[in-house]
Amino acid sequence: MSPDSLAIETHGLCKAFGEKVAVQDLTLSVDRGEVFGFLGPNGAGKTTSVKMLLDLVSPSGGEGFLFGVPLTDSTIRKRIGFLPEHFRFHDWLKAEEFLALHADLYHIPKVNARKRISELLDLVGLTPHSQKKLREFSKGMLQRIGLAQALLNHPELVILDEPTSGLDPVGRRLVRDIIHDLREKGTTVFLNSHLLSEVEVTCDRVAFIKRGEVIQISSLQSLVEGETSVEVRAEPLLPEIVNGLTKWSQNVRVDGGHLFFTLDSEKNIPEINQYLVEHGVEVFSIHPQHVSLEDLFIQIVGTDGGL
Amino acid sequence: MSLFIISHLTFQEAARRKILLAALLLGLLFLIVFGLGYHFIIQGLEKDLGSSGLLQLNEARNFLLMAGMYVVNFLVVMMTVLTSVDTLSGEISSGTIHTLVAKPIQRWEILMGKWLGFAGMITLYVLLMGGGIMMFVYLRSGYSVPHPLHALELIWLNALILLAVSLLGGSKLSTLANGVLVFGLYGVAFIGGWIEQIGGFLPDQTASQVATNIGIITSLFMPSEALWKRAAHEIQSPVAAALGFTPFSAGSYPSLVMIIYSILFLLVVLGLAVRFFDQRDL
Repeated sequence: MSPDSLAIETHGLCKAFGEKVAVQDLTLSVDRGEVFGFLGPNGAGKTTSVKMLLDLVSPSGGEGFLFGVPLTDSTIRKRIGFLPEHFRFHDWLKAEEFLALHADLYHIPKVNARKRISELLDLVGLTPHSQKKLREFSKGMLQRIGLAQALLNHPELVILDEPTSGLDPVGRRLVRDIIHDLREKGTTVFLNSHLLSEVEVTCDRVAFIKRGEVIQISSLQSLVEGETSVEVRAEPLLPEIVNGLTKWSQNVRVDGGHLFFTLDSEKNIPEINQYLVEHGVEVFSIHPQHVSLEDLFIQIVGTDGGL
Repeated sequence: MSLFIISHLTFQEAARRKILLAALLLGLLFLIVFGLGYHFIIQGLEKDLGSSGLLQLNEARNFLLMAGMYVVNFLVVMMTVLTSVDTLSGEISSGTIHTLVAKPIQRWEILMGKWLGFAGMITLYVLLMGGGIMMFVYLRSGYSVPHPLHALELIWLNALILLAVSLLGGSKLSTLANGVLVFGLYGVAFIGGWIEQIGGFLPDQTASQVATNIGIITSLFMPSEALWKRAAHEIQSPVAAALGFTPFSAGSYPSLVMIIYSILFLLVVLGLAVRFFDQRDL
């Protein structure tokens, strides 16, 4: 294992369940320290892909490595944290016992484990419930304990499968904060989600997957830096002044006291402001808006959701 | 070692879900009922027969103990299958298994850990129930069967085999299908054993031979009834053995080869269970 090997590297991983192809040609490389979003509609093969990374499902073809170690080598999972979707755990265990069990499975010495468990219970806000059985937990609490479980071993790579689906805003905020903390510490995060707003605020790069195939991988920066739509509140918006804007944008629209147009780059905004002021227009606000990930998602994946 | 973590977890689950407590309490109830019944029946016979009837008394003691062991064997089988039938398939279908398998643990450690955990419980149960009634009879009457430990070992081996079959089924099938499989196989072995036993009394040589073959073939598919017959042979009195037939045992009994076959059967089934579980997509 070389020290500079990628956190995740897969070449042409595929999985067929009988006739049904769940994943075809999954080729990915995720750098260390990167927060990587894995996006796609329901049923696109995201969970199957995650399961292949963790050797829960064996690929029908292709190969993959975590930190340069083949996926089938169970020892690599000492360095991985995983939160499965649905958060189903041994619900007859108390929260603290549940974490102790998984600390044991990570072979964490008892003394260290005790300290780590209380740290994590604190982090996910479950310290007052440490002696409660998981059976009595709400979905949000199960998600929190599941996250704590995935962080027990100070993992170098955390794989989260739909970590926020069905959660209230507080729970989502917690996941987001934890991902931020992990990024700070240089931990690699693989986030499988269809909640785009989550991905938008947390990820460095995203892969779009549709019908079991990766159709685009881009950095979030480059995606959202592309096109900017601008809303300007100003008056008076005389037709000749508005026409003058076509120099920067082909689709200028006036609606009441508002001006809407799209730009290839934000860089033109000061020029436009200057142009308007010079023509005696009073500018009250200029509001550039990046194209949302949702719009991009629809553009790339299509409105049929890949079904 | 991860294997023992899983064994401990299996034990802990049975304790938490009150399975151990229920088994213990009902086991004690069973022992009380058996003890009362045994005590009063033997007391009555002691009065009737007096000191001259020692031989008949011992036959009666043996008969009652044999009846008790027959039920113990049946209960051990039931407990083994009912407690283990859902352990793999249930965790697979609920997704509980995902957090386990995603740890630095190998699949065989999960499967063997579960097997060992249940095997531990079964051991205690066999000792409590089988050992309990033998001990009671010994304390009450000073009577002990010819080979008590052999019998317990065979009942135990039978349970370990059923446990392995139940885990094998659970690595491939849903809980219900697995239950149907294990009890189905047990039923086939059971009827095969009885056909062999009844066939042994047929005057017609050919028919008798066919019946014996049916019994042997079914015991190759599932040696549970053969093991019980051997266990019954180990505890039955020499007189009953000479007569050749009681309701709970057979005139002919399986040889040592059958026991060796059963141990190999257990190993092969466990090996297959590990293999299937290893290949299973979770």
